[in-house]
This record gives sequence, C-alpha cells and structure tokens, in this order.
Amino acid sequence: MDQSIEKKLSILADSAKYDVSCASSGSNRGNAKKGIGTAVGCGICHSFTEDGRCISLLKVLMTNHCIYDCAYCINRRSNDRPRAAFTPIELANLTIGFYRRNYIEGLFLSSGVLKNPDFTMERMVSVAKILRLQERFNGYIHLKAIPGASNELIHEAGLYADRLSVNIEIPTNPELKRLAPEKNHADIYKPMGLIHKGILESKEERKRYRKAPAFAPAGQSTQLIVGATPESDQQILTLATNLYSEQRLKRVYYSGYLPVNEYDQRLPAIKTPPLVRENRLYQSDWLMRFYQFKANEIVSNAHPFLDLDVDPKLAYALRNFHLYPVNVNTADYEMILRVPGIGVQSAQRIIQARKFQRLTSMHLKKIGVVMKRAQYFITNNELPAAIHDIAPERLKQQLLSAEVQKRNPVFDGQLKLFDFTVPNKLVQANRERFISH
Amino acid sequence: MILLYDSSFEGFLSVVFECYAHKLEPADVCTEESFQISAFSEKQFVPTQSSQAERVWKGWQKKLSSKLKQLPYQAFLSGERGIEFKLLQFARLSFTSPEPVDTNFGDPVILEIRKAARRVTQEAMRMIQFVRFQETKDGVFFSGVSPRYDVLSMTLYHFKNRFADQRWLVYDMKRDYGFYYDLSKIEEVTLNEKTFNVRDGRLSPDILNEGEVSYESLWNQYYKNITIKERLNLKCHKNHMPKRYWIYLTEKRNIPRSI
Ligand code: SF4
Repeated sequence: MDQSIEKKLSILADSAKYDVSCASSGSNRGNAKKGIGTAVGCGICHSFTEDGRCISLLKVLMTNHCIYDCAYCINRRSNDRPRAAFTPIELANLTIGFYRRNYIEGLFLSSGVLKNPDFTMERMVSVAKILRLQERFNGYIHLKAIPGASNELIHEAGLYADRLSVNIEIPTNPELKRLAPEKNHADIYKPMGLIHKGILESKEERKRYRKAPAFAPAGQSTQLIVGATPESDQQILTLATNLYSEQRLKRVYYSGYLPVNEYDQRLPAIKTPPLVRENRLYQSDWLMRFYQFKANEIVSNAHPFLDLDVDPKLAYALRNFHLYPVNVNTADYEMILRVPGIGVQSAQRIIQARKFQRLTSMHLKKIGVVMKRAQYFITNNELPAAIHDIAPERLKQQLLSAEVQKRNPVFDGQLKLFDFTVPNKLVQANRERFISH
Repeated sequence: MILLYDSSFEGFLSVVFECYAHKLEPADVCTEESFQISAFSEKQFVPTQSSQAERVWKGWQKKLSSKLKQLPYQAFLSGERGIEFKLLQFARLSFTSPEPVDTNFGDPVILEIRKAARRVTQEAMRMIQFVRFQETKDGVFFSGVSPRYDVLSMTLYHFKNRFADQRWLVYDMKRDYGFYYDLSKIEEVTLNEKTFNVRDGRLSPDILNEGEVSYESLWNQYYKNITIKERLNLKCHKNHMPKRYWIYLTEKRNIPRSI
C-alpha cells in the first residue's frame, strides 16, 4: 500500500500539530563548507497559522502508528484513524525542498512508537544523519527522544540535532499513570538526564578542544499538558522551575488540553482548550525567565491557581502593594521590571535615558510605557499623589473595566523577533555598498 | 535656506559635510525631486562627494554605540518626510557630545530616529521571513518582492550564508533592481525582460522548474494541516503576518497557478 507523499504529509502533519513548541531558537550554526543552511540564534518564523502560531520548522511525525494507548493522544492505538509512515529519505528530501524555498528553518521530528522505542528512534536518527552527512544540511533539527530508546541512540541523536526534547505531558506521576498506564515519570526523566549530561560534557570538552563535537547545542525542552488532569498552577510552575534549574531545560511549553478523545471517561468533559490559563502560564514562565521572578512569588499555597482575570505581574503587584510606587528615576532595574505596564524593553530604555535627564511622564509614554497601567505603580515626583491612594481591590476592578484586557499571547521567539538587529557583518556589507565606491 | 541632494545616502552625508565646512544652518534638507518650489526659500544643491561622505561616516561611526553603528543609515532608508533634517540634528548632537547620545530616548529627535530605523530593520526582517523562492528551469531560485523600504541589501548577508550552494535572485519589483548570487559572489542586477508577474512575483510557467508546483502544493497542504481549528485566532495571525505580505506567500495565495 503505497501512499503519495502528499497524503503522508497531510496525515503526519495533522497528527503532529498538537505539539505546541516550534521554536528554532538557541542555536548558531554557521554554514560549514558551502553546504546548505544556517541556524540563527533568535529563530525565524516563516509563516503563521490561522491560530496565530509561528511556523518555523517542518513539524511532522515519522509515523503516527503507535503501540501505546495514552488517553490524551489522538494517535493512541485504540483510535481508528488513517495511519502513515515516512521513509527517512522521503523526509530528508522534503525538508531540503522546503528549506531551499525559504519556507522553513529546519525539521522538528517526533513520532508515534512503531514496533518498539529503539526501532522508532533509529529511523528518526537516520533522517538527521542523512540531512547532516549526505545533504550537508546546517539548518535546524529538533528531535524528540523516545523514552525507552537505548542510550547509544539518544547519544547519536544529540550529535546531529540542535535540540532534543522529551515530553513529560502530565505534570505528576500518578496522574500520568492514570491516563497512560504504560508510561511513568522515571522513564521520561532517564533520557532527559542523559541529554542533560551529554550537553554538559560536550560543553566542557569544547572548552578544551574547539573542534569537539557539539551535543544538542540548542539544549532540550519539554511540554506539559494543562487541564487534562487536576494539577494546580503551583504544581506546574514548581515543576517548571525545577526543570529549568536542575535539568537546565531551555524551554518548558504548556499546551492547553484539547479534547481529542471525548469518549474516554478518564478525561475532563470540556469543549474548548483552556487557552486563558495556558496564556497565564506562559506569562508566568516569561516572568521567571526574563523578569527575575521566582515561582513562589507568582503562586503559593494561599494562591495555588493563577488569576485568570489579570496577568500574573499585575496580580503580583496587587498582592504586594507595599512595594509600590517605584521611583523610575532612582529604582533598580529589577524593581522597574516589576511595574505593570513596563516591559523589558521599556525598562532598559528607562535605565539608559535617565542618565541624560530626569524622566517625566511624557518621556515614559514615548519610551513605550503603558501609562494607563503603570501610573498607579510609579512615581516621578510629578504624578498626583492621590493616584496612589487607592485600595488594591478597587484598582483591579478599575483597571479591568478601563482597559478591555488585551490578551497578548506570548508565543515562542516572537517577542524576541521584533528586537531584531542586523548582524554586524551585514552592516559591513551595507557600508561598502554605499560608502566605498 | 533649504539644502538639496541627489537622494543617495552618500549625497546626504555630503550635505552634513557642507553644513560643517561652511557653518550652514539650513531650514530643511530634502531630495531634489521632493523639493517643492517655494517663493520664500532659498535653495542650494549639494553635489555628492564620496570622499567627504566617507569622512563624515567614519567620524559619525565613532560617535555611535557599538550596537547602533548602522542607525543613521537605517533611519535614512525609511525615506520618511523630514528624516534628513532629523538626521542632521542627530549628527550635530552626536558630534558635540563626547559620549554616544543614541540611547537617549528622552530626546524627541533621537526617539524618532530610533523608531524610523526600527521600522526599516523590521521590514528587512520580514523579507527574511516571508521571501519565497521558486526554482526556474535552469536551477536559479527566484523571489520577487516589493518591500516598503529599500531593504534588500540588508538581507544579503543572511541569504548568502544560508543558501550558499544554490544560485538565487531576490528582486525588488517596486524599485526594479535586485541581487543575484552565482555561487561565488553577489551582483546587483536589473532585469530587462520581466519573466514574472510584476505584482506578485510569480514566475511565468514556461521558465518554471517542473518540480516547483509540487513543492508549492506540498507546502500548502502542510500549512492547511498544521492549523488547529479549535484555536483559530485570525487577529493574532494578521498581526504577525500582515496582509500586505500575503501576495508573496505561496500558502496565503488563494488563486492557483495558471498553467
Ligand atoms: S506514545 Fe506518544 S504517540 Fe503513542 S499514544 Fe502515547 S502520546 Fe500518543
């Protein structure tokens, strides 16, 4: 039974789409010896789906056949769906063809488990091998590590891939076992630990010999499904923090549970994915990675779930009213970052601009501070003192009604994208063109 | 007095030189074409002088922070009304201060210049994102686009590195010039005969590689299948990928190729 490539692609892309991560960031791979491709540090989105997500990589499954039966997965063996499998060559050709047309940054390959973990992993690794060795492809490759695959295969995968990931999916072990009896956390942490070790070792080695092989230079990531099981945001964010600090993960992705197998009684009966909650988790994650927040400042035993009405930074400010107002002309960068309405870029601009003059509200507005929000949390000896005399609960209501809360989904890489600066060498090329002849 | 120049960046730098050399205080600086005859203003044309332009550029570079060496050029490319005068003011600020002033976001002129530069680099970034190549019968990868600003030159370093082993041609259809990479060097070219649709950049069928249509339809197929219908968010979609780029995007064009 030979399916056309087009048919396979539609089945295997359709099955892969639920994996939300698509980032191609974190790797700077130069084009070696005039092969094809480069990986750019900030990641590039080449298109956007109609659901607003970045398309950076060709994200497909090697196969959607699977011997397992995870309740939350559309590809579980008990589902009656069209199944397909790519051969390694087919997939390598497709990747190169798309890449040459500037459709993609590279390949993100995941897979259902065909026969057994080793058999599956080996096929995935061979795609990466063909791309790197035969096609001399230097673009981005993200491979899923299949729990249960041999140490050797995981290691080999790390030699060809920019990023490896193992999905945890369900945040706690008992819940995972309830929904996926054939899986457990220990089996997932094993490859994760192996990859972590591989990355550390190769970094060490590369300090000594510059030519030593790189191992997953863009690090590893994972994904958590939110809302399929009853875990609190506190449990989820604590897990994420640990993954960032202990396993040194580059990214944790949160995927609002999409009801794909409604017939399964073990799953909650919801119609739409919990998108607001997912977004609040991303915002919290963002606060932890770029705003120097700790998980226990965002959620705690007293507040185990995130406030869905307001973003976690505003929620923090309202809970810690005594820390405000912040004086923008004298406060530390860390504290300025904690002002609702001031983002990383505005905070940096404030620090730079206040060296030249005292900043007034006019300056702040032009710099990009959202004054409607920030005014309650800052002082610059100019705002009326009365503005600070309002109780947190009333302020929350006021802010909620004043600004129709614009949701600002934080997806990977996109915020960075707009900070794009032209690489220095390119600058050189320009100068030559205009100045030297 | 109003100073006029030939619309090139070198020309503008020559204006800056003139202002310094002859202590001129122009009321405005604009290109010859955009100058509107006004009975009250005196005008003077400043010829472009490469060596003087280079001197200004070198001196200016020393006065810019290391990450912003290209700032004046980028802001200049915006071609916005009045940008030259702001750049002249910026040059003055730069040359009189011992420290770089380009991070002073409190200064309205500098803020405007940074914003203009940002619009330009963002357009360049969008080209890097949204350019789509089509392969011709003789194996050249072609892309025709009409960027809002004259930014193709800013994308060359990226494309040359990335597509080092394929011949390619990126063409600015609005300004009627482009860059061709022949596996060793990049050349600026102007195509006399347009074998592509000058609106959407599609190559005409008779020079299109046979494999091309199938890659396009595979890509469109992929694009369709990767969308999660339960999560549709067209507003976000359009924010990230504004409509004016759709015309070049294989996956966003509804009209099938005519063959
Ligand atoms: S192992 Fe993966 S592909 Fe297979 S059912 Fe579980 S989640 Fe789905």
